[in-house]
Amino acid sequence: MSEILPIIVAKYNYWLYIILMMIGLYAMISKNNLIKKLVGMNIFQTSIILFYVSIGYKTNATIPIIENAHGDSHSPHELIIHAADYINPLPHVLMLTAIVVSVATFGVALALAVKIYQRYQTLEEDEIRMRLTEE
Amino acid sequence: MINTNYPAILVLSPLLAALMCSIFSWCAKKLCYPTAIISLGISLYASIEVLMQVMDTGTIQYRMAGWAPPMGIEYRIDLLNAIVLLLVISIALINLVASYQSVNQEIGKKSNTFYAIYLLFVTGLVGITATGDLFNLYVLLEITSLTSYAQIAMGDKDRGPLASLNYVFIGVIGASFYLLGVGYIYIMTGSLNMVDVASLLPSLHGSSAVLVAFIFCMLGIWIKMALFPLHVWLPNAYTYAPTVVSRILAPLMTKVMVYVMIRLMITVFGFEYLFEKLNLAEAVVWLATIAILAGAIMAMAQKDLKKMLTYIIVCEIGYMVGGAWLGNELGMTGAILHIVNDALMTFALFLALGNIVYKLKSVHFDNLKGLFGKMPWTMAGFVLGAFSIIGIPPTCGFFSKWYLILGAFEKGAYHFAGALIISSLLCAVLFFRIFEIGFFNNEHDEHNTITMSEAPVSMLIPLGLVSLSLIITGLYSSSIVNKIILPFLQ
Amino acid sequence: MLQQYSEQAGGQKIEIHSSNHSFALWRLLLYATADFPAWGDPNSPANSYLSPHYIQKSIEETGVPNLVTSVLADYRGFDTMFETAVVFCAGLACFLLLRNFKQKEENFYRHIPTGVIIQFKKGDKTLPVGKEFEHIDTEWIPYDLIIKTVCRILIPFIQLYALYVVAHGDFSPGGGFQGGVIFGSSLMLYAIAYNLRTLVQRVKEKLLGLFCAIGVLIYAGIGVVCMALGGNFLDYGKLSQILPVDPGHIRAYGMLGVEIGVGITVMAAMVIIYVNIVSIGRHDEGL
Repeated sequence: MSEILPIIVAKYNYWLYIILMMIGLYAMISKNNLIKKLVGMNIFQTSIILFYVSIGYKTNATIPIIENAHGDSHSPHELIIHAADYINPLPHVLMLTAIVVSVATFGVALALAVKIYQRYQTLEEDEIRMRLTEE
Repeated sequence: MINTNYPAILVLSPLLAALMCSIFSWCAKKLCYPTAIISLGISLYASIEVLMQVMDTGTIQYRMAGWAPPMGIEYRIDLLNAIVLLLVISIALINLVASYQSVNQEIGKKSNTFYAIYLLFVTGLVGITATGDLFNLYVLLEITSLTSYAQIAMGDKDRGPLASLNYVFIGVIGASFYLLGVGYIYIMTGSLNMVDVASLLPSLHGSSAVLVAFIFCMLGIWIKMALFPLHVWLPNAYTYAPTVVSRILAPLMTKVMVYVMIRLMITVFGFEYLFEKLNLAEAVVWLATIAILAGAIMAMAQKDLKKMLTYIIVCEIGYMVGGAWLGNELGMTGAILHIVNDALMTFALFLALGNIVYKLKSVHFDNLKGLFGKMPWTMAGFVLGAFSIIGIPPTCGFFSKWYLILGAFEKGAYHFAGALIISSLLCAVLFFRIFEIGFFNNEHDEHNTITMSEAPVSMLIPLGLVSLSLIITGLYSSSIVNKIILPFLQ
Repeated sequence: MLQQYSEQAGGQKIEIHSSNHSFALWRLLLYATADFPAWGDPNSPANSYLSPHYIQKSIEETGVPNLVTSVLADYRGFDTMFETAVVFCAGLACFLLLRNFKQKEENFYRHIPTGVIIQFKKGDKTLPVGKEFEHIDTEWIPYDLIIKTVCRILIPFIQLYALYVVAHGDFSPGGGFQGGVIFGSSLMLYAIAYNLRTLVQRVKEKLLGLFCAIGVLIYAGIGVVCMALGGNFLDYGKLSQILPVDPGHIRAYGMLGVEIGVGITVMAAMVIIYVNIVSIGRHDEGL
């Protein structure tokens, strides 16, 4: 136990993202309401965003905006930049893309849900299935 | 200057045209359709040029924004991409020409905006095929997915949106799994460029994270390509989509995903890792075997022509996945050749199907009686496509199946070879049943003589072209193998 | 994995419940996590392979201190163009799926001085909207003066802030996506505080549709201009041939240009999605 504990603590945010992902997946599997499923889908996507952002973290580093580099007053070549002082910008960029993608998907999915509601007057999946078999 | 920029033009031309279509749909509606055609024409020209260049000088690398590969995004076009690119763009162009009337009939008022989303879909497929960056592939995958959700929902009023929303749920899981896999690769190697990752991976072969990365990438791609147990979204989505959409989704979407799988297998993870370090190959070939049989058997149960064809797609996916995972040159050759052939023959079948839908509205088997008398030309194309799926020489389907069976025997995977042969027989039964309904099962009412009511010429000529290409590709398949596939595999 | 169902020929359904898959997935993820480098380790492959180059060379190579912006709009600018295209595509998809051009059958007007509500059963009759009559929703709620006034004062400031976020994205947290969303939300606030009809009258649908496409067109257009000037696609360095600015900062100007494009598209797409979803495509009333 004393050996496992540090591993768990050292990587706790990776465990958190897995838990979050399972919550999202659970909602997508077991919920009957289409909107709840969509919310589950969003949680699922968000967990992956959390995972990526965790990759980029460095201890004792700050946000990836270079300090003292505003304006033209001094030449940027004089600046000495240590890579260890700033967190990794790449995962943040990738996740900006993923966030936008998930928002766009959510928008389209909501539009589809509205269309389904217009046709069946319900968003409960079992009721929709019942209607389909009746017809 | 133009010479070096062809890889960018390939993907830019449909993207810019999609934007122009969207703008024109507000102010100059008549320009939308010509813009779409011209842009795909430019793109087709560029893809032919790219293929020529690749055959002459080898792999083309194009640096987006001018940054060297591991920093920036790179388009990397070798023989495999080049042939798939040509395939994607030519099918998209032919479909657009063939479906003009069908779009007007089924989509009507919004058809101008529809062209914009169609072009975006093509942009996504072209980009997926051309890119050499793992994350860029994800973004483009999402473009194709989003556009296909929207396109599918525009079909059948009752079932379309529902089928589409189910596709959204499963599609998002697929894409997210792929993204997660890429994240695992990134955390272990620190790179996103395919070739760069491939050079960094060998030192990490024992790592469990790399294994999980591989599994998640494959799961994601398999969900997107509808490999058997993960196929449930496909039949409904493709059946309830508008004709023009199922005509492009059916031949291209799954095939491009197979391409992505082969790309990941060959370029990123490498044969050594897949077949020497992992013991997955046999299991996947078994999975493919089951997929082939299940697809064919489920197709038997259908009473609707369109739905039957969608299950045949599920069956064909099994061929390609199995062939790629046999792990020998013959199997891989068969799989790659089958990407080309299957795209063409599915396209021919769906073109014929679209013509029937255009005239009859419903393609339930009951409605198909006397079809050969009503639409002889369409059915001629359908028969050629069907022969190709069954695998009757000299149509192209025969040759790729030949390579796959040879590969299976070399590997000793007799179950896979057996499944190939059984599924061919089942397909023969399936299609001859339709021929019987369409040809012999005329309505016995003598007063009701069958009058010919063929689809418009603009829909028949593309069908004729594509059906002929089935035979031509079949006859030239040895030169495709010798000039493109084998040099690529070496 | 999912509760998946498919309709078979006879209409019977096959359901595949498989919570076992979920469990297998969980095990697989836990298995891999043990192999990860420690969290926050500056020497992990992800933090030591590519990112030092971005951090140390960004100012020198692109002249932009906000590394996220420089990676987003320059090193991986091609990704971002497609990301903008995804937003454009979502706007387009919502329009295609939901937009309904049919006029509503019933119309309600309210006589302002007396508060009498007049209902027209057929859509063709209208009343002059002005001081005497106003066009109202089916479920009319009196507008709150405080909300209206506060929003009228706040909206210009919100929009100004959105422009600042777009323009200052090179130096501080921000950029086209964030600014675009803020601008779009200011318009949504307008629709919520007044009503949807007021927004649609003020910001025409055609305008939004054009903006949505023009934003991406600005992005791709800058790339094509770079190509025409002899560089690769989106190679902003080549813009110095036509722009009279300091060559050291030319890439920053290129990035500003594409960020503006991104902002326009995101703003328009957000409003299109909002308007279409709340009014179910009719653009008359909702929320």
